[in-house]
Amino acid sequence: MSESLKGILEALVFAADHPLTASEIKGWLSQYTLQQINNGLNELKLEYREMGRSFSLKEVAKGYQFRTRSDFSAYVLQMYRTSPSRLSRAAMETLAIIAYKQPILRQEIEKIRGVDVGGILKTLLEKGLVRIVGRKNLPGRPLIYGTTNKFLEVFDLTDLNALPTLKEIKKLIVEEDGAGIPEISPQEDEDITQGGGPEHGENEAPEA
Amino acid sequence: MSPLEVIKVPMEYEVKLEIFEGPLDLLLHLIRKNEVDIFDIPIATITDQYLAYLELMKGFNISIAGDFLLMASTLMHIKSLMLLPDAVDEEEGEDPRLELTRPLLEYMRFKEMAGELSEREVLGRDVFTRKPSDEMAEFTKGESVPLEVNLFQLIDAFQQIVDQRLPGTQLKFRLEEWSINEKIESIISRLKDQKTLYFRELFAEEMNVSELVVTFLALLELVHRGIVKIFQTAFDKDIRLTAVFFS
Repeated sequence: MSESLKGILEALVFAADHPLTASEIKGWLSQYTLQQINNGLNELKLEYREMGRSFSLKEVAKGYQFRTRSDFSAYVLQMYRTSPSRLSRAAMETLAIIAYKQPILRQEIEKIRGVDVGGILKTLLEKGLVRIVGRKNLPGRPLIYGTTNKFLEVFDLTDLNALPTLKEIKKLIVEEDGAGIPEISPQEDEDITQGGGPEHGENEAPEA
Repeated sequence: MSPLEVIKVPMEYEVKLEIFEGPLDLLLHLIRKNEVDIFDIPIATITDQYLAYLELMKGFNISIAGDFLLMASTLMHIKSLMLLPDAVDEEEGEDPRLELTRPLLEYMRFKEMAGELSEREVLGRDVFTRKPSDEMAEFTKGESVPLEVNLFQLIDAFQQIVDQRLPGTQLKFRLEEWSINEKIESIISRLKDQKTLYFRELFAEEMNVSELVVTFLALLELVHRGIVKIFQTAFDKDIRLTAVFFS
């Protein structure tokens, strides 16, 4: 691995405004093979990791991009004077359904969530996390939805195969406030929902 | 559960409404609250509590979404089936409560996955990329508020393109060589791939004047139909277009 290739790769990734893929870089560097470029990127990634910098070279959406480490998020947010971008729980659930079930119709999403998702879909489309991939050959030619490259970028995924494995729910867990934890055998522990975020910390008295 | 137990102060009630976005959310809450097994739901209890909650909403003059009512009737149907002796075995040999358990389990899976996704190192919350300088800023994150471009600016821009590409051209119209619909489709498919396009990118070097005009008309049609939005990131910046998709 020549030092000069690594330098070139570093410069390109540094100056780019999106994650650069090896094949994209290959388009500009015909003198190097895809293999060399891939190796170079990988070496750079390891080097940055070992350096212990506050940013690292991350592999997202099949490309490489410099990203700050999460330990420093508070400072960066302060600089931008913004609160972190957040999606509502409903939007996250809808997004998860689309991510795992794509290509999917709106009515199929609504069947799973049990509520209308028109407004949420619009938000997700506007945020560029979801896209229309086509129309289904059904009456009304309904739109088919899928996730975008930006979805992969935002959620730190190299590709859709990197999504966490969809688990079977074996048992329901109780509220996070720990009120009355049911018996859960240890081996079932990892299959139970962590509540996905019911934020309601209601202080209900136990059933009288 | 009496309604009064759910609500102590109106403030708290409002918070809850946001939580129970749909009937499945409310059901999950009731199941958790009663600490019952999702595979063995005490249907009478849950149905009563569910209906009590709807009553409560009515009491507050909150219109109840149809989804909640549909679930109420499903619950009551299952409850009635459970009351019939042997109903459990005779109807397809299946516990009628499965009609409830299955969608609940499916819903819970995705709630869980949503939670896992949220826990990742989310861009813009936990991790950050370098911010491209203004010169290179992409219109993707709404960082710059796009300016709308009006028709006259658009015609001016088009005039410039005609002048550049085909100086001294007089506009004459002959047989239609290019169809607006074809151009509409080609613009849409390019926008699908690229998300945003520069106005001038629409007009390829080799286009003759009628193709330029038809392309321009196609764009106007798309804007008119609300499929494409035209904007600038600043007054002196190049005009760009982006697709507006409807859900």
